[in-house]
This record gives sequence, C-alpha cells and structure tokens, in this order.
Amino acid sequence: MIVAIASGKGGTGKTTIAVNLALSLKDKMQVALLDCDVEEPNAHLFLLPEFKEKEPVTLPVPAIDQEKCTQCGICTRACAYHALARVGKRVLVFEELCHGCGGCGLLCPAGAITEIHKEIGFVKRGTARGIEFIQGTMNIGTALAPPVIRKVKSRIPKDKLTIIDSPPGTSCPMISAVYGADYCVLVTEPTPFGLSDLKLAVEVVRELGIPFGVVINRADMGDGEVEKYLQEQSIPLLMKIPFDRRYAACYARGGLLVEEFPELKSSFDTLWKAIERRVEA
Amino acid sequence: MKEIVVLSGKGGTGKTTVTASLAALAKNAVLADCDVDAADLYLLLKPEIKETFEFWGSQKAKINENKCEECGKCEDVCRFGAIENFKVNPIFCEGCRVCYNICPRKAIDMVDTLSGHWYISDTKYGPMVHARLGIAEENSGKLVSVVKKAAREIAERGRYEYIITDGPPGIGCPVISSLSGADMALIVTEPTAAGLHDLERVLKLAENFKVAIKVVINKFDLAQEKSKEIEQYCISKGIEVIGKIPFDEEIVRAVSKGVPPVEYSSGPAAEALKNVAVLSFEGVRIA
Repeated sequence: MIVAIASGKGGTGKTTIAVNLALSLKDKMQVALLDCDVEEPNAHLFLLPEFKEKEPVTLPVPAIDQEKCTQCGICTRACAYHALARVGKRVLVFEELCHGCGGCGLLCPAGAITEIHKEIGFVKRGTARGIEFIQGTMNIGTALAPPVIRKVKSRIPKDKLTIIDSPPGTSCPMISAVYGADYCVLVTEPTPFGLSDLKLAVEVVRELGIPFGVVINRADMGDGEVEKYLQEQSIPLLMKIPFDRRYAACYARGGLLVEEFPELKSSFDTLWKAIERRVEA
Repeated sequence: MKEIVVLSGKGGTGKTTVTASLAALAKNAVLADCDVDAADLYLLLKPEIKETFEFWGSQKAKINENKCEECGKCEDVCRFGAIENFKVNPIFCEGCRVCYNICPRKAIDMVDTLSGHWYISDTKYGPMVHARLGIAEENSGKLVSVVKKAAREIAERGRYEYIITDGPPGIGCPVISSLSGADMALIVTEPTAAGLHDLERVLKLAENFKVAIKVVINKFDLAQEKSKEIEQYCISKGIEVIGKIPFDEEIVRAVSKGVPPVEYSSGPAAEALKNVAVLSFEGVRIA
C-alpha cells in the first residue's frame, strides 16, 4: 500500500506526519519511507538514516556533433522548450531548458545528435530504525523536480507499506509525488492560508481520483473554518494535533514526537487505523 | 525601480506574512504573488480584480482516433509515459511534440491548453499582479515569468519605487523564475533543523543570481539555540540577518482576520516586522 502525505501549503507538518507515522508502524509491519520533496528533503534530519547506496538521476540531453550538423534547423524548430538555438553556424544546447524528450535526436537527418546523461540529482537508499529509507535530492540550480521524483518512486519496494513525503504545492512536483498512491493524507493548519491551499490540494487529489482525508496540525491556533469546510464537503478529519511549545521544540531540534510524547503515539495509531479502514473500504 | 523577492526554501516559514507587511509599509510599490500554485497573498491584501488574463501555458498531445492505426510508435517514443492504449494522459504529457512529429499517419494534434489565469488588481497598498495555475497543470515557472513581466511593466509605467514579490517554496523552476532579475532576495527561515537545511540550499541557489541576500528568522524564540546556529551560519557566509521575529499569537489572529500583521497589532512581532521592512527598503535601495 502507498500512502502519500501532501499539502497545498508548505510548513504544515507533512514531514512530521510521514516520519512519525512510519515510526509508529515499524514494529507492526514492513515500512518504507520515501522522501519525494526533492527540492528540500527533510525527513532524514529526523530519522538519521544510514545510507548504503547512492545512484545519480540523469536527464538525457542532446550533444551536437558540429562536424556532422548541416544547420538544417529541424531540431531547433522541433524543440518545444527552446533548448536548441542556431547561433551563427553552430547549434547550441541550453541544457537547463531541456526536458530530455529525445525528439531532436530522433528527427536529426544528419545523425549529428547523440545524448549525454546530465546529472540532475541523486537517490540515496538505506535504513533508519528498521524503516527502509529512500530519499531523492535535486541538484541546486536544476529546474525540474519530476524526473528526480519519478526515479525515487521507481524504487518503491513491493510488499511494504510505503509512506511518501510529498513536496508542497499543487503543481507538477506534488502531482508526481502523489500519483498512484492508494491514499493521500492532506496536512493543513486552521488558518485562512491553510484553508485556501487545502481547497486547491483537494481539487488535485479529486482530479487524480485518490481517496483522501485531512490532518489538522496546530489545531488550536486559528479558527474553525477548516473544520467547517471538511464537514460541508464530507471530507474525513483523520487527526488533530494541538499546538504545544514542547512539540515545536522537539521538531526544531529534529526530535521524534512519538518517542517523546506517549499521547501522540496513540494519536498516530488511531490515524493509521483511520487510513487502513478507508483504503480497505 | 527595485525588486524584492521573498523566498524561504522550506514552506510555511512566513513568506506571505513578511511580504504583506512590506507591502503595507511601502509607500510606492507594485505587489506580485509568484507562489502561483498555492497563492495566499490575496488573503491579506484583498485585491479587487481589474483585469483577468488567460494563461495558455502549454500544449498537450491528442490522438485523433479516426486517423490512428494503432502502430504504437507514439507510445514507444514518449519518455514521459503519457501514452497508453493509444490515449494521451494529459497529466503526464509535457507537450514535447515528439509523438506529433513521429506519427506516420499524422494522427496526433498538439492542442493549446488553458493552464491558468492571471490578474491585475488594485489593493489599498498599490497595484497587484497575481495568478492561479489550473488544477493539475504544469509550467508554473512560465506563469511566474508572466506575473513578473506584468508587474515590471506596471512599475515602469507608473514610476513605482519597488516591486515586492511573494515567492514560492523550494528551489525548482518557479523559484528560479522568481529570482531572475530581482535586486534582493529576502529569505525567511525558522529556527528548526529543516529550516536551516532548506535555507542552506536556497542560499546556494540565490548566490548564482546577481541579488543582494538578506535573511529573516521567524519565530526565533521558539528555539533559541537553533536561531543562534542559523545566525552563526549566516555570519560565516557573510550574509546579514536583518530581523528576528518573535513567536506571537497576534500574527495568527491578524492572518485569521485577513489583515497584514503590521496593521493589526503593535505587539513584538509586528514591531519586528516593521523593522524588517525598513531595513529591506534601505538594503534594496543600495543593492
């Protein structure tokens, strides 16, 4: 089973939920945690995994053999991303614009285009407290997160409960992360920002046809509008975590809530039961 | 005209709260929300939309069933896994046109897609440009560029002194678009392990641009040790921390009321935000 932890708004507690849910289940079943927030991965700061493998994520980008190139212009016209341009008698490649679609190489009549594998990030694998830990990291200066996220997800182990820590937002990185999940937990906070972004995230998961429920973090720091919205929309409220300076301090230093606060351990157990019931239904 | 873009790396550190405070205190600014896939600045600045524009951000392939002979070449060449059983999944189609170019029956059309909308609005603080990316749409970087271009045109035409931009989280394409051409990156962080980690990454990105960089630590008193660590890190990088904002429930109340905190409260956080605004304007004038 794959459970994605997502949110429209950043900083609502996705990583907290993902990490603590994984920890609270690890003695009952085989658990894998995938950090798909490849722009800003954070789950490792809490679980301190021991990494055993590291593999690069590459994007195939064109390399032009200027000797063979006849400057016919087919590739520059075909590139939908304007990653190829004829400058004087040369065709230049702007790698940062390239999506790696391979179209230019297929179409070049002179056979002047080959592909090189440009490194855009890496995937690390290891274990943390008995949890299989898989993390994607996008190189700084790279624009495209989805290829890195797809690579992380290609490593999803069979027969384990997989928890995905998603990037924030509602556009391609978030969609790449949650796509194919059996259930999505949307984490929010009870403020107008939280509500506005929750509504967008709900539209996305509905569009993707993924069953979902909501966790309200810092539940007593705001207003009742999020809960009202959930009731109106018949969206399950899976869990509420109150604001507590002790929790905030624990998070700040990279601590683990379920280990330090027994009352939260039982909340996470209840959260899991709520998810399990809904996936089986 | 000088442009300040507010960034953070990590989401939820307080970018929009800081942006709205700058907006409320700037006398002569155009405001822009470049967090186009989870825009929130409108909740505090209450824009009145004057003009709405369509954003035709991308093309998607569409297979014409009448012409398709099911040879499967399109599926073979598509590297995004967007074609299955002679149908295009628009969520995965990146508009690369390879299938369109390769189809021997010319059975594939590239269809322009309405990927969102953008708006020019009035607020009591000045004109505002903002956007909404369509559900499950891509090309947020391109939409950010559209928003920024419009904001610049308005600023130049109206001889505005500043553009104040609320940026997206992360370090990917919309962040890169937000940074391009800016004079100052004001980076809002929080005193947590994740806040520092993400600050390091966004600083490395920003260093590739010709921008002045300043840092603000939000809710600094929730973890004093971490705040010190962040300050030390910034000093080691030669980057100035221009403000430390205390945790203050007045901020949550201001946001719930839909008001920039500096207008709602005169508490310690609001005072710190005012100071950040003053130092940001001073800093960007000489940037």
